[in-house]
Amino acid sequence: MTPESQTGRPDRAALSASAPAIELKGISKAFGPVQANKDISISVKRGSIHGIIGENGAGKSTLMSILYGFYKADTGQILIGGQETEIPDSQAAIAAGIGMVFQHFKLVENFTVLENVILGAEDGAMLQPSIAKARELLTQLAQEYELNVDPDALIENLSVGHQQRVEILKALYRQADILILDEPTGVLTPAEADHLFRILRGLRDEGKTIVLITHKLREIMDVTDTVSVMRRGEMVATVNTDETSPEELAELMVGRKVLLRVDKAPAQPGDSVLEIADLRVTDEKGVDRVKGVSLNVRAGEILGIAGVAGNGQSELMQVLGGMRTGSGTIRVNGAPIDLSGARANGQARRELGIAHVPEDRQREGLIMEYFAWENVAFGYHHQEKYQRNRWLMDNRALRADTEAKMEKFDIRPPLPWTQAKSFSGGNQQKIVVAREMESDPDLLLVGQPTRGVDIGAIEFIHQQIVALRDQGKAILLVSVELDEIMSLSDRIAVMFDGQIMGERSPTETNEKELGLLMAGMTGDA
Amino acid sequence: MDVLPKWADVILIPLINLLLAFIISALVILAIGEDPVFALKTMIQGSLMSTYGWGYTLYYATNFMFTGLAVAVAFHARLFNIGGEGQATLGGLGVALICLSIPWPHWTIAIIAAMIGAAAFGAIWAAVPAYLQARRGSHIVITTIMFNYIAFSVLNYMLVNVLRPPGSQDPASARFPEGTNLPTFQEFFAQFGITAFRGAPVNVSFLLAVAACILVWLLIWRTRLGYEIRAFGHSESAAVYAGISPFRITVIAMIISGALAGMMAINNVMGEAERLVLNSVEGAGFIGIAVALMGRSHPFGVFLAALLFGFLFQGGAELGLWTNIPVQLIIVIQALVILFTGALDNMVRMPLERLFLRFRRVG
Repeated sequence: MTPESQTGRPDRAALSASAPAIELKGISKAFGPVQANKDISISVKRGSIHGIIGENGAGKSTLMSILYGFYKADTGQILIGGQETEIPDSQAAIAAGIGMVFQHFKLVENFTVLENVILGAEDGAMLQPSIAKARELLTQLAQEYELNVDPDALIENLSVGHQQRVEILKALYRQADILILDEPTGVLTPAEADHLFRILRGLRDEGKTIVLITHKLREIMDVTDTVSVMRRGEMVATVNTDETSPEELAELMVGRKVLLRVDKAPAQPGDSVLEIADLRVTDEKGVDRVKGVSLNVRAGEILGIAGVAGNGQSELMQVLGGMRTGSGTIRVNGAPIDLSGARANGQARRELGIAHVPEDRQREGLIMEYFAWENVAFGYHHQEKYQRNRWLMDNRALRADTEAKMEKFDIRPPLPWTQAKSFSGGNQQKIVVAREMESDPDLLLVGQPTRGVDIGAIEFIHQQIVALRDQGKAILLVSVELDEIMSLSDRIAVMFDGQIMGERSPTETNEKELGLLMAGMTGDA
Repeated sequence: MDVLPKWADVILIPLINLLLAFIISALVILAIGEDPVFALKTMIQGSLMSTYGWGYTLYYATNFMFTGLAVAVAFHARLFNIGGEGQATLGGLGVALICLSIPWPHWTIAIIAAMIGAAAFGAIWAAVPAYLQARRGSHIVITTIMFNYIAFSVLNYMLVNVLRPPGSQDPASARFPEGTNLPTFQEFFAQFGITAFRGAPVNVSFLLAVAACILVWLLIWRTRLGYEIRAFGHSESAAVYAGISPFRITVIAMIISGALAGMMAINNVMGEAERLVLNSVEGAGFIGIAVALMGRSHPFGVFLAALLFGFLFQGGAELGLWTNIPVQLIIVIQALVILFTGALDNMVRMPLERLFLRFRRVG
């Protein structure tokens, strides 16, 4: 049996070429009291790249999950190639010619590329015919679209960019005409992202329809033909990309004017606060994560560390924050700190004036089950001002403190008796940022400050970081968002494979140069 | 988002669970040809309708409060202490060694020393698995179970070879001296010329258990240590971020847990038997798990659940006395209560959540 003869596939030859590839009419979906999608209508032209942009929780993923058969819409119609189509499960979606590339890849790590491509679409009981067929197709696709991957490589040995290509190949092997990509560039270097966009354009030119879900305005502007903006479950606009601007899209996403660029005066650096010399970190599995990093950060400046996720930035921050042990020397205000002994812990670090906004607020920065007022001193709960007497904590002082911080950092809802998990991503992050900044540190470590945070909160958090710099604090920023690094940092260090590849000034470098460094290529060496 | 209001979560669900357990128990009793209404009457009559019945109900409840609190404290640190049985056994050994060591002049002094002994022995018995978990990664469920068996063997050895009075055939310690006998409720009320709790074992330890409930509440929700224990229980990675040592919290939480389980011996060994015998714990360590589950690991919940299980124990004994319902069926009823309140919690919760959601949307 060939994939073409699978049941339920509309006879595409018979469809009029002018019918839109996807047409959604009046789609609504509620989860309990939450209306995730409200009366959404959208039409995607065949052979185009259509972007869907919106903040976290705007309903983008829900909409795509309905299209891919994970959820059933409460009301509304789905038309594929002009024909009304029921999509009760992902099998039906595949049969209708829809392929999906998820944010988190769904690959079997210890299978080869070929095995992964045919998984679930094998013809008959014997594997060999399918493998031979897939190999042929892969060779052909590699030539046509720069989709080259070694068919016999194990997935676990491939880079993230290549793994993503395997996901695309999987969809193409299943004869997908419509390809949905959910936040595809989150894990890629700029060069890899550019490559992906070339592939997508090639596919489009061959007549495939591509839906790109993202929250990055730059990607939308770069690669899409049309773009739809979602806000709070509603489709607020669909426009041609060349007739809009990032500012307009941001305003549509948030519902008010947003400052995309960070306004900041030149840094006035003072004395050196943080000096790292030859820092080395080995993880639990014995893998070297940080391989001799030396850096220093002065008072009143922001040092940004750029790099693709997983190149040792997390481990560097964890050592600095006392969550992990390492070797080498780190001096704070001239005094060496304990990297592997009894004082290598978060509490001792805080006593030295090091505050830490961790990369993962849900697993590290907050106790999700704790109320806001219990989280507001988390890590600082030993401080005198939070104790009622020798035995008991002063919960009333904690709540008063929470109310003050909620007002100052505009945390919504401003209710101390709300569990951390009930706040939006942006407000959760504001709780962490408020706690760490208000501890009046000498050095602030900031990891991925705006990951999963809506645009409005990003703007606010960026302003707070710059304000803290202007008070003369030293700030070490780690982010995988190159835009964020470029706009916030006074100096940029690029990390690759546990080492610093080089330092640049944001005014004298560009994304291309940084992208090469992030991929481990020292352009000037 | 929490779907259910707090009162439904804390009161309604346990009550429905309990009701279901009783309905199925009634069906089982019907199936063996007995009268469930008469059985329930007998249970209530025997455990709640006289001070004698209450005296037993409260005596059992005292045991369950200590072991229930022990499991609850460990739960808050996400440690599953199934070793309450062994820790209470060792606690009994501590009590016996203290009580037999010197001729105590008065029970008020003896009880303080015995509490320290009971708590210390229970705590040590819990600290070893805690250390193994925190440093070596040996799972605490496995080690605490194994430590239960070791505790029984230790007790056996001590009773046969060390504590058994010369010439006695019985593997039990000598009677504790007069000065260690705790006043029972009967003796207390007799001072005022009131005859109550006649022949019932409930004693001053009950007040100790109530005090323990209050202290545990303070510990968990009002102290820095409790804050750290709960934080560690919710998220170990966040605890590390905040500088809370997982090793320290694991060991301290288990020491407190073991000490609470050990203190149960004040009630059953010092207060009731007044000597140490084999199998003095009688499964109370395991009942403590059910009590903590049903009480949602909250000291007040543990208090109520301990009373319920005290009633089931005493009522069950009465059932065996006055009806033809075999003793084994009482264990079935207790098991049903544990099954419904502990394991099948979601069976009631899910439909109830859906019901509340529908109401909310209408309203």
